[in-house]
Parts: sequence; C-alpha cells; structure tokens
Amino acid sequence: MKRVILIWTFITFLGLSFVHAEEKKLVIQGSTTVLPIAQKCAEVFMKKHPEANISVRGGGSGVGIAALIDGICDIADSSRPMKKKEIIKAKEKGVNPEPHVIAMDGIAIVVHPSNPVNELTLSQLKEIYTGKISNWSQLGGKNQKIVVISRDVASGTFEYFNKLVLKKQRVRPDALLQASNAAVASTIKRTKGAIGYVGLGYLSSEVKALRIEGVLPSEDTVLKGTYPISRALFMYTNGKPKGLAKDFVGFVLSKEGQRIVKEQGFVPLK
Amino acid sequence: MKRTQKENLIKGFFCLPASLSIFFLLGIVIVLFKEGLPIFKVTSLKEFLFGKFWYPTYEPPEFGILPLILGSFLVTFGALVISVPLGVAGAIYISEVASPKIKESIKPVIELLAGIPSVVYGFFGMVIVAPQVAKIFDLAVGLNAFTASLILGIMAIPTITSISEDAISAVPKKFKEASYALGANKWETILRVILPAAGGGITTAVILGMARVYGETMTVLMVAGGAAVIPRSFFEPVRTMTATIAAEMGEAVAGSTHFYALFAIAIVLFVITLSFNILADILSQRFRKRLG
Repeated sequence: MKRVILIWTFITFLGLSFVHAEEKKLVIQGSTTVLPIAQKCAEVFMKKHPEANISVRGGGSGVGIAALIDGICDIADSSRPMKKKEIIKAKEKGVNPEPHVIAMDGIAIVVHPSNPVNELTLSQLKEIYTGKISNWSQLGGKNQKIVVISRDVASGTFEYFNKLVLKKQRVRPDALLQASNAAVASTIKRTKGAIGYVGLGYLSSEVKALRIEGVLPSEDTVLKGTYPISRALFMYTNGKPKGLAKDFVGFVLSKEGQRIVKEQGFVPLK
Repeated sequence: MKRTQKENLIKGFFCLPASLSIFFLLGIVIVLFKEGLPIFKVTSLKEFLFGKFWYPTYEPPEFGILPLILGSFLVTFGALVISVPLGVAGAIYISEVASPKIKESIKPVIELLAGIPSVVYGFFGMVIVAPQVAKIFDLAVGLNAFTASLILGIMAIPTITSISEDAISAVPKKFKEASYALGANKWETILRVILPAAGGGITTAVILGMARVYGETMTVLMVAGGAAVIPRSFFEPVRTMTATIAAEMGEAVAGSTHFYALFAIAIVLFVITLSFNILADILSQRFRKRLG
C-alpha cells in the first residue's frame, strides 16, 4: 500500500511539473555585458507577472546568438550587431533575427589617477595597443613604461574594442589579460603605468577616464554619438517578437526598464 | 538470503562507486578528444604546440600554445623552488623534531592552509602581494610569474608537507635505532638514514604538489598577469594553459575553432598531468626496490 501511495505521489508531482512547464516560459541568453540588465528586468517583470517564467543566462554574445539560431533561446542578448556569417547561418536555419536596441554603452579608456596624460586620439590608442607606442613620455607623460591591459579575446567588450579601435589589428602579445571589467578597473587602480578599457558602468574616482578625440565619456556624449568608442546593446528575437517575448522587450524599453538600464550603469535611450 | 549471496551483494555495492570513477574518467577522456581533435583540421600539431602566437579569434586565427605551455612550466618550477624546501623541512620538523604537543597544533594549521579556496589566494595575491612585489623590485606591474610562483608555492606546501610527513613517519623505527647505535647524531640520522628511506614517499609528495600547482587555475588567472608571450624572466606577466581555458571557454561558441582549440589545450594539460602521475608511480616504486 505504501508503495502505491509513493508511486501515486511521484506521478502527481511529475504531472505538476508538466503543468508548470506549460506556464509562459522565456529563455534569454547571451552577452555578459547585457546580463545585469536582462537579469534585473526579468526579476522585476516576474514580480509583476507571476505567471511568467523567465530564465536568464550569460555565456557571451556569440553564445547567445548561436543559441537563438539553434532555437534554444527566445531572446539573444548581444553587445554587438550580428556578424554577416551569423545572419547567413540564421537564414539557412529559417531563423529571422530581429534586432532591438535596448541601451547604449560607452567603453571608457582608463589610467591610474596619478597619470598626467588626459587625452588620446584614436590612432594613439591603437598604437599603444598594437605596441608602437610603449612609453608614456611619447604621449607627453612621465618616462614610464605603458602597461597595456586587455580583456580575454572571447568577450564582447574586447570584440568591440578590437573593431572600433584596433581595426582588427593584433593586440601586442604581451598585453595583460583580465577576465572582467571589474578586474581591469582593479588592476588599473593599483598599477601606475597602466592603461585599460572598461564599460561606462565601471568608472569610479579610483581610475581616470581619458578624453578620446577630445571627448570625455559620459551618458550625454555616448547618447549623442560624439564619444567615439560607444556601442548599442541589443536583444535579438526570431522575427517580430510575440507573446511573452514581446511583453518583455516592451518592458525593457519602457520607462521602468530604462530606469533599470541606468541603475546598472548603462546609458538609457531617452 | 544466504550468507554468500549477501557477501556478493555487498561486494557489488562497493564495486559500483569504484567502477563509476573509471567510467567518469573514460567519459572525460572521450569528450576531451572528441571536442579537441577537430582543431587539427585547421592547424597542424606542430604549429599548435610550437606556434608562438595565440590569436584564436582573429582573421586569420593563430593557435600557437608554446607561450602558454612555457608559462605553465615557469610558474610550476618557481612554485616548486619555494614549496619543496619549505614543505619537506616542515615535514621533517613535524615528524622528527617537534614535541608531540607542538606537532598536534601545527599539523591541523598546515592542513587548514589546504582548505582555503584558490580564489581567496588569488585575491590576496592580486590586492596585497602584487603591489608589494612591484614596489620591492621596482616593476611596472606586480602581476607576473614571480608573484604567481610565490602564491602557488604557499598553496602547494600542505600537499607536500602532509604526504612527506606520512612517508617519514612510515620509516621503520629500527632504521633509526640502528643509526643511533652506530653513533650517528640526530642530524646525521635524519639526513643519511631517514630522508633516503622516505625518498619514495617524498618524491611522490613533490610530484603531487607539482600537479597541484600545474593544474591550479583561478589563482594564476588572477595573479600571473595573463600575457601570452614566451616568458623571458620571472618578473614578466605570463599566461598558463589553465588560465587561458578558464578565461575564454565561457564565451567561446560551441563548435567554433576557438572552442576546439581550448579543448585541445585541455588534452595537452591532461597528457602532461598523466605523465606526472605515471612518473610519481615509477619513482616511488624504484625507491621501494632500492630499500628492498
């Protein structure tokens, strides 16, 4: 008898879990830059719509887009536009990716606060990162070796920096690698001759942001497009979003969603 | 149920977990090779192992892991230089010199050292040790092979000390008594009798310590600096194989050449660790034979 009860309970639970799965479900995956926005938005959204079940995963822009193409996720977060290769692959599989710009982000170039250099041009920046300039004195600073700090080559931030600043030339091989925005900021803080790049949300009084082509990175300059190293952050859906995906993207773009964007250290669209 | 049946049941029950670990190992090896070998359609084994540049996401990509292999070896070597003398000396002190009271309090402390998560070591190295190293040696940046060796050396001490201590304690008492009977003093006995007799165990300890350092990931990722260049000195940033996998695997797209290349690095790591273990086995057996 006991066994019968046990089996019966098991089946009921199994059944319940299926019912649960039939709730509205949304899977979001992709960029670690967009992750905090997506996560916080999902949290708030689920509080308002208890029937919604949203799971948010990181993995990186490339991983998210690949998941969208394979039909594993409903929304792909990306810190860069899709590559031609990816779009072709998507079309082959009958997926029609639709971009939604959800926020803007600037990549700030940061140095140690004691560094007298205040300004760089894009070409100077490129020469520092490719190894042509290796001492701050070449830029009007102290006679001090430049410690170049870069990100792991798989990160979306690196990919964007690579495209906008390096124009796809190779970073000097002896550049230090840090695995996150926070680690870059922390190393800069402790290294006098260091230069690095971080998302706008990671600026603090402990590091100094440089003017690039005469423009200081800020919400304003990023939104206006005058700051040269800025980017849009995307959520991709398969075709026009429907149902829960539509509601969620709508929420991110709403006043409340954009306030979350700002809270997470990014630049809201309005 | 008959007694023999019961016996067999219990045997089977204990056989299961033992065979499970073999099963898991086999699974891991199969996955490693399945996901790693495709890279050799793009690059040759020679280019992979001896290439000097690691640019996996560029067009065209370059998959040379020589700087990473050398980085791993340099850091491991540096850590051993620190941890072997300290670890073995600690083991001798605990088992031969210290009074039982001191022994009882020191052993748990050393074992506690092994229980600290590696990310804590890494954070400590990054925030406290690295800036000091930069200051003392007047370097541009403190995140380098030296700092990594220092921290990893400390991390390997518990492994080396506790296994060496077991080996030294296992030396038969009669060896010591015979040595004293011949008129040797304590120092001579330790150096000429006990250490050679425990040699096999100490070698095993060193090699296991080496494997610990070599496979360490989080700490080197945080402390070694991460520059994928062929190291020329201890005071330059280096990147190890483990740190590369940890930093890049999270965002590499499954099925891309970059992904395969990271798995191929894992194969290299696996093969080298395996040879460490085989070497440890051979050496300890050779020592045992010599003692005969």
